[in-house]
Amino acid sequence: MDIDYQGRVFDYAPAAAQPGRHPVVVVGAGPVGLATAIDLAQNGVPVVLLDDDNKLSSGSRAICFSKRTLEIFDRLGCGERIAAKGVRWHLGRVFNGEEEVYSFDLLPESGHERPAFVNLQQYYVEGYLHERAQALPQLDLRWCSKVTGLVRHADHVALNVTTPDGQYGIEAAYVVAADGGKSAVRSLMGLESHGRTFRDRFLIADVKMTADFPAERWFWFDPPFHRGQSVLLHRQPDNIWRIDFQLGWDADPVAEKAPERVIARIQALLGKDAAFTLEWVSVYSFCCLRMDSFRHGRVIFAGDAAHGVSPFGARGANSGVQDADNLAWKLRLVLKGEAPDALLDTYASERELAADENILNSTRSTDFITPKSAVSRLFRDAVLQLAKHQPFARKLVNSGRLSTPSTYAASPLNTPDSAPFAGCMRPGAPAADAPLALDGAPAWLLRQTGNGFTGICFAGSAREAEAAACATGLLRTLVVVPQGQGGPGVFEDSEGLFAARYDAQPGSYYLLRPDQHLCARWRAFDAQAVRAALARASGSALAHAAPTMEPA
Amino acid sequence: MNPGLKVEPNLSDPDAFYELLIDSHHDLDDEQSKMLNAQLILLLANHIGDMGVLGEALGIARAQVRRA
Repeated sequence: MDIDYQGRVFDYAPAAAQPGRHPVVVVGAGPVGLATAIDLAQNGVPVVLLDDDNKLSSGSRAICFSKRTLEIFDRLGCGERIAAKGVRWHLGRVFNGEEEVYSFDLLPESGHERPAFVNLQQYYVEGYLHERAQALPQLDLRWCSKVTGLVRHADHVALNVTTPDGQYGIEAAYVVAADGGKSAVRSLMGLESHGRTFRDRFLIADVKMTADFPAERWFWFDPPFHRGQSVLLHRQPDNIWRIDFQLGWDADPVAEKAPERVIARIQALLGKDAAFTLEWVSVYSFCCLRMDSFRHGRVIFAGDAAHGVSPFGARGANSGVQDADNLAWKLRLVLKGEAPDALLDTYASERELAADENILNSTRSTDFITPKSAVSRLFRDAVLQLAKHQPFARKLVNSGRLSTPSTYAASPLNTPDSAPFAGCMRPGAPAADAPLALDGAPAWLLRQTGNGFTGICFAGSAREAEAAACATGLLRTLVVVPQGQGGPGVFEDSEGLFAARYDAQPGSYYLLRPDQHLCARWRAFDAQAVRAALARASGSALAHAAPTMEPA
Repeated sequence: MNPGLKVEPNLSDPDAFYELLIDSHHDLDDEQSKMLNAQLILLLANHIGDMGVLGEALGIARAQVRRA
């Protein structure tokens, strides 16, 4: 029996008086704040996590969690629960009117532990993250604790926290604001996000029913049951289906939420006799926007607080968790004195570019789904008509470009290649998974990387592997060998996919950051070069500047 | 080397092409003609493929319209 995470209420407990300064205070216990706090706490950084209410997500909200996000959850210790409970899917179908125009497969190749996507209600994800957080003694989660004041100082940030029994002050070396699209921290600092608001409204209905639709993403343009608008259907666990109806800008957001109105729309899709119950209804509009800078000295913004996208593409929660993945290790190294403060600037630069990429994809999808002019509508319909028989036009159909992780190609943390490599595993790319075998038992590459920098040495044989293991003296190094060449403690490339995906030749050596992004690679291990790349990836080559106060 | 958009004559029989173009709209109402043109643009754009050439063509056409 599953826990009713949506109904859970957490008791407020007065915070024990703790003198001194906290290394990190994270504001907002949604998926992004929880992920950031877990990552810090499980790697030895004490963290206070503040949330302004005492509940998890109300409503299913973000339901599509991508492969990359699941891999991050694996590193945080709760990927398996999320993947096991979620509905796996990888196929999307697009309909125009009554006809299917095409389908797309988001993970056409095998050899990855995690599927392209799982659908799972946000309250389950938050519930599992919360349970993981509770298992970490260094994570101090405080419910009903609203940040109502913020003063920045040269060496810390002072927060005022309002609770049911009064206010108190708390000081932190760094504050992570993961407090959502209406970020209180952003408002307190007088900062804004900039971007485009789209003049359209959408109705979300979560419906409980037994239906035999497959676990696929179905998207209709102009369906007979909802003429002139689009509809999206997604399966969630517990026999719940997400139906998203485009309503147009003139729709009345209050009237549209009336159950009889919603039920009529659903009956038009499912048929008059369909048996279902309404679980959750919401009417929303959206903007594509971001803050100009994700870092303001010692206050760092992540997730919806920093950027917003349309829901088409599942780029909101996924990119937020990827923000957390990028930020936590950098904060850890800086707080432990292993990296300069300027390393945190690369959080901002890398994730601002990622946000731009997400906003670009999201805006393009929205412009296709909601044409803004007669000619835009004409070309959209022309594409849909052609797509039925012309393969080229299917590539133009845009019902949402689904979340993929960004490659930080221009990151100053990358070491440029010194020898040619093929394939997309270039510096800055998130490491691709690959099936391996250890002592005859199957294993996945991404499960082996841990939470620090990791080297991967592709050795030609077990004997070469011994030599390669010398690299371990410098940093934790996985030794991977071709199939059949394995030995004790050495990973076999059991399907040859590691070599294929990384263009590995005997001797090739790869350096992964703690967030599993590749930052350097060589055709042969060279201790001096690896040491330099490690230093570079830790920010040693960045302009060294202490965090400064900006003028108020 | 990208040869760019051809603006020098390239049609072997310009009059025949023009006739074909107009005839393809025969018996269509305005909506259908607009749709035909849109699909034609998409088909030709895919055939050309080169973003530089397409951008150049779009730029010339837009400038022409703004001038007119």
